[in-house]
Amino acid sequence: MVVVFYVGRTFRSAGTGSKDPGYIVLATDAACNSDKSKMMAEPTKPIVEIQRIYKSYHRDSLVVPVLFDITFDIAAGEFLALMGPSGSGKTTLLNLIAGIDRADSGSIHVGGVDITTLTETELAAWRANSVGFIFQFYNLIPVLQAVENVELPLHLTALTKKQRREHAQMALSMVGLAHRMDHYPGEMSGGEQQRVAIARAIVTDPTILVADEPTGDLDRVSAEEILSMMERLNRDMGKTIIMVTHDPRAAARAQILRHLDKGYLNDAAGQNPL
Amino acid sequence: MLLAKILFRNAFHNKLRSSLTILGIAVAILAFGLLRTVISSFYAGVEASSASRLVTRNAISIIFALPISYAGKIQQVEGVKTVSWGNWFGGIYIDEKNFFPNFCIDPVTYFSLYPEFILDEKQKRDFLLDRKGAVAGRKLADKYKWKIGDTITLKGTIYPGNWDFVLRGIYRGRDKTVDETQFFFQWSYLNETVKKIAPVFADKAGFFMVGVNRPDIAADTAVRIDAAFKNSLAETLTETEKAFNLGFLAMAEAIITAIQMVSLIIILIIMAVVANTMAMTTRERMGDYSILKTLGFGAKEITLLIFGEALVLTMTGSFIGMLLTYPAAHIFAAELSTYFPIFLVSRTTLYLDSAAAVLMAFFASIIPARHAVRVRIADGLRRIG
Repeated sequence: MVVVFYVGRTFRSAGTGSKDPGYIVLATDAACNSDKSKMMAEPTKPIVEIQRIYKSYHRDSLVVPVLFDITFDIAAGEFLALMGPSGSGKTTLLNLIAGIDRADSGSIHVGGVDITTLTETELAAWRANSVGFIFQFYNLIPVLQAVENVELPLHLTALTKKQRREHAQMALSMVGLAHRMDHYPGEMSGGEQQRVAIARAIVTDPTILVADEPTGDLDRVSAEEILSMMERLNRDMGKTIIMVTHDPRAAARAQILRHLDKGYLNDAAGQNPL
Repeated sequence: MLLAKILFRNAFHNKLRSSLTILGIAVAILAFGLLRTVISSFYAGVEASSASRLVTRNAISIIFALPISYAGKIQQVEGVKTVSWGNWFGGIYIDEKNFFPNFCIDPVTYFSLYPEFILDEKQKRDFLLDRKGAVAGRKLADKYKWKIGDTITLKGTIYPGNWDFVLRGIYRGRDKTVDETQFFFQWSYLNETVKKIAPVFADKAGFFMVGVNRPDIAADTAVRIDAAFKNSLAETLTETEKAFNLGFLAMAEAIITAIQMVSLIIILIIMAVVANTMAMTTRERMGDYSILKTLGFGAKEITLLIFGEALVLTMTGSFIGMLLTYPAAHIFAAELSTYFPIFLVSRTTLYLDSAAAVLMAFFASIIPARHAVRVRIADGLRRIG
């Protein structure tokens, strides 16, 4: 199998004589099998740097503090699991890293960009380019077919209609849903919908993938499939993944585990003991 | 393109709600269209007025007649081409509910002033030769199933007694805007009879119709006509046919204003219904909009989605309403031709229907769009599940 992928807003081509400048050939089965260790993502310099983050919610006159003095880094190519009890601030922290919420103070650098200084418009453009989202409830647009859902983020790129469709089909093939392209979300199982969501998350080749309880709504078999897929994305394609989960089985797939409790990060970074 | 697909599919996603909303819009547009057509029909006479025709009447009031001898004097005024005259007869056919306008006219000059009334030459000749002859419009003749040669009896209200006429001609309009419900007979027939029963009212015309050489001299000619009768026993008021007809409409101004108000209220009510639908729709789709925002779509795209969805609903309803307006107007015209002889759905009414649909969509989507744009992504995402 040849794995080809669109990279960001620019197109690069490499190896194997591909004439289509819109694709980069990342790997082949042969390459993967012969030297798998070369394909493993090796955590290097931080791709996410979080400095002294505070966050609270305001409900009328009530102020509810959620995160306190959060500081940590996430290395490029890392698969990080954020765990903690309900209300500990996991999802809030994930939202801040993904640029869909704003911190009260502190800074968050992702890929060298301080996202806390961006305007709403700049932040939207940054999200479109840099973040892939996987949610607990898949969050697909119900009136769009699988392939159209995957195409959606590509509408903010300069790709032509034909190129968008090709990339979306490729991403769906990668998650094993080439045969379900014309199906609507309502016609698919939860696991299949989550795979479509993963295809949508990776189709723009984002800097980071954020996943909020990606297996929370799935049965055990489907959950295992999704986790294996995320593991492969991290291992074979070097994707940096930040996952919020309650599920120890899901957390066990991550390389790094961090705990949040009542808004505090209560342990140092380390290899996942699970 | 994909956004267009989303908004079209969203618009019909909840079939029952969309259908009921579209039905409501269609009925509102139908009502709006009919009311606008009623208003247009009031103005049909004004619109059909000729710029080269003047109406001369008694300066005190239309109910006072003018001496027939004025015809000759008017004919001599500079700029005047043709002079005709007539009286409102006000006769009743069988029953008061069978109202139609009936006039006595000078048959020689009247039809030359009104080329829009098309009358067969033979019928015109027969009408001229028969003192008791009459001419009726095509719609009027059809309504009462009159045929050439039939005797028609009108009961006089202004001029007492039963008046028998022989139908000698049936005119048709040059186009659809010409009133085909009028009834004409010879002024001389009325005058001769009046001479016998009430001589003081004889040799009088209710109005003079004056044809001028060119439309641009109409105003000056009117002034000259009125000047010719200044300080006479019966001073005249001459105005263009359009101004004369508008003067009649002024009497119905309150009714027209009320109809206009009702038509606007109908649009406001349906606007509130569409706004309610859009508010419910937007609340249900807040998760979808949050996802789109998460993926990088901005306020412009979200606003377009909501406005576009509202526009699809209102335009669909409006289109159905416009289509229904034609058969409804046809039925309306058939049933109420007595009161609205010209009842045509005008192009302006269709433009107003379309404009109403766009305005409905715009105002109905302002608040939902504002809310959808302003809601925090994190809050919007929390609504899913």
